[in-house]
Amino acid sequence: MSGRTVLVTGVSRDLGRTCARSLANDPSVERVIGVDVMPPRGDIGDVQFVRADIRNPVIAKVIAREDVDTVVHMSVIATPGSAGGRGTMKELNVIGTMQLLAACQKAESLRTLVVKSTTTVYGASNRDPAMFTEDLEPRRPARTGYAKDVAEVEGYVRGFARRRPDVTVTTLRCANVIGPRVVSPVTSYFRMPVIPTVLGFDPRLQFLHESDLNRVLRHAVTAGVHGTFNVAGDGVLMLSQALRRLQRPGVPLPGLAFGGLGSALRSARYADLSPELVAFLTYGRGVDTSRMRDMLGFEPRYSTEEAFGEFASTLPPTGGRADRVLAAVAERLPEVTDDRPPALTVTGGSDG
Amino acid sequence: MGDAEIIPIGTRGRPGRGTGTRPSAAARNLAGKGRSGAAKPDAPTEKPDSAEATPADEAAPSAPPADPPEAQSVIPLLGDEVMPLTPSESAAPAISPRLTVTEREAPGIPIGDWLSAIQAAAREVFGDQWESQLAHFLAFLRRRLTGDYVVDEFGFDPEITERFFMTALRPIAQKWFRIEVRGAENIPTTGGALIVSNHSGTVPVDALMTMFSVRDQTDRYLRSLGADLVFRLPFVGAVARKGGATLACAEDAERMLAGGELVGVWPEGFKGIGKPYSQRYKLQRFGRGGFVSAALRTQVPIVPLSVVGAEEIYPLVGNVPALARLIGVPYIPITPLFPWLGPLGMVPLPSKWLLEFGEPIRTDEYDDGAAEDPMLVFNVTDQVRETIQQTLYSLLMQRNSVFK
Repeated sequence: MSGRTVLVTGVSRDLGRTCARSLANDPSVERVIGVDVMPPRGDIGDVQFVRADIRNPVIAKVIAREDVDTVVHMSVIATPGSAGGRGTMKELNVIGTMQLLAACQKAESLRTLVVKSTTTVYGASNRDPAMFTEDLEPRRPARTGYAKDVAEVEGYVRGFARRRPDVTVTTLRCANVIGPRVVSPVTSYFRMPVIPTVLGFDPRLQFLHESDLNRVLRHAVTAGVHGTFNVAGDGVLMLSQALRRLQRPGVPLPGLAFGGLGSALRSARYADLSPELVAFLTYGRGVDTSRMRDMLGFEPRYSTEEAFGEFASTLPPTGGRADRVLAAVAERLPEVTDDRPPALTVTGGSDG
Repeated sequence: MGDAEIIPIGTRGRPGRGTGTRPSAAARNLAGKGRSGAAKPDAPTEKPDSAEATPADEAAPSAPPADPPEAQSVIPLLGDEVMPLTPSESAAPAISPRLTVTEREAPGIPIGDWLSAIQAAAREVFGDQWESQLAHFLAFLRRRLTGDYVVDEFGFDPEITERFFMTALRPIAQKWFRIEVRGAENIPTTGGALIVSNHSGTVPVDALMTMFSVRDQTDRYLRSLGADLVFRLPFVGAVARKGGATLACAEDAERMLAGGELVGVWPEGFKGIGKPYSQRYKLQRFGRGGFVSAALRTQVPIVPLSVVGAEEIYPLVGNVPALARLIGVPYIPITPLFPWLGPLGMVPLPSKWLLEFGEPIRTDEYDDGAAEDPMLVFNVTDQVRETIQQTLYSLLMQRNSVFK
């Protein structure tokens, strides 16, 4: 089956746009149609842009007319941001997905549906297992915000998969996407010059590099594997460790103050610390990616550490004085050859 | 003005020791002739907070005649250096003698002495190889400061555990509780294993001590499973994760065991550590046997561990259930010392501890579906529980006294 026609939703934002472009470069794909309510801000290359709102039935006509066989749904947004208020965001996410899926169900030509979901569906709490597998439910179902939207979207996608068993439905639960050009709640959090943290908590974080997101979406379009998959870079990073790598000072705040700061920053449009992000930055989250490797057959190029390192290298450090002092002292001392030395041998016995 | 520097050592400027009416002969000889009149009215009125201020104020008017002989005779060594500056003006001497005193302390020890002292201290702490040892230590510090270290997926940080937690626990385990470990050879040296222990002591000190003892005896890290309350508390949860703990749930337990880790579990949970002192060494219900199903699924041996001594560290004699419910914790302990003695009541009693690791119970001989068989799971759970209870009784018989 050569010459596939792929429809990508949500191309006005950077991730959707770059994904559509990388799909257009794929030899097995003949045409890529980008759909959004607003025209994309950057270069979309060979992608054909159709201005359409997925919240109304026009999208069905686009799918029917262009004879689309693959739909990549990327327009589930994490923040109201440019869309307006929370009401609009929910409308876009949930009603948009319902309309899109309704249109997909009518489209006879459709063979593959790829949905970009997020690991936020697992929530974050103190009762979480260390690593979520795809079969696990969140310990506390989300009641508001992005997490609830995504949970509903996934529910509709599962319903669609039941009704159209002939369509390969791939749901990708991606960890927080990070990269020099990514604008998201998490990246704007790390771009703050002084980074607030929750006092007494050190969450585990996982990241996915933006290029890996494009690769996995392309892989999902071409591989056609049915199912839900966690997608994240290898390894985990503690928040404290991440701040040290950024060389930015962290300010620990008590949990309640941190939540209050979230709304203050949101109203100042400085960063968006939504309640689910606050929970994430308190308890952290890890997802198990063995199914991604074994069944989906995808291997991320960047580990969590490398993805964050690349992101960190683009930000000017605002702290890190202590390290510079130590570096100056260390220069006067002999070179340390072995990398991770065993425990220090302290004279005077070990039972002190 | 001289008395500001010299006399405060003894009598706060007042002559003699007791009466305060008339300076002693020695004081009269010491004091210059010009200022003996100024000192007299000052003596009876004792102003404690203006003691430092008055000499400086008085110094300016009364100083010029008396100053040169005073400074020369009393202030030794360094006074000589300052003298050439003083005689020109009347305001200057009020300040410069003060400088001489403060200067006397700082450069009194030459920089070379400081350096050699630091070197000697470094040699004392780090041994003869102090330069390379210090370099290693600095490298470690820099690794920590730049975040250049690795944690595993549970958040376990081996470096910080080894360097800080184990080092801090060592004196407590060896000197305070004098832990005696028996049957350490029953801990498998490789592969996954589940260590099941009784739980006691109001505060989970026994878990920390077990973690230390296992590391000490076998060079393996014990990865403990903690209640969700642990991970809700600030600091406690973060430190627990760094020390290798994770939530006590089937997913995490199986994940760790399948990864070949040595996992520790305290199935009694809060029923165990929060039981009153009168019920000491009586095992509570062993959860719902989840730890057995985890071991059965991953086919790892179960090592029963009996801990004697932990019950006595904080004898729980009372509880405040209403307050505990309000805060959301399982119990508020009242011991003979806490909260009556405040922070002092938090010092654990120095009981003598015995840790006995029993023979491993194999689980790899059961069928694949064994974990789904509730009867089998209950039986194995009871077997583990009985083993620990019997060992506890025999250890208690062997123990001479709680504190010896």
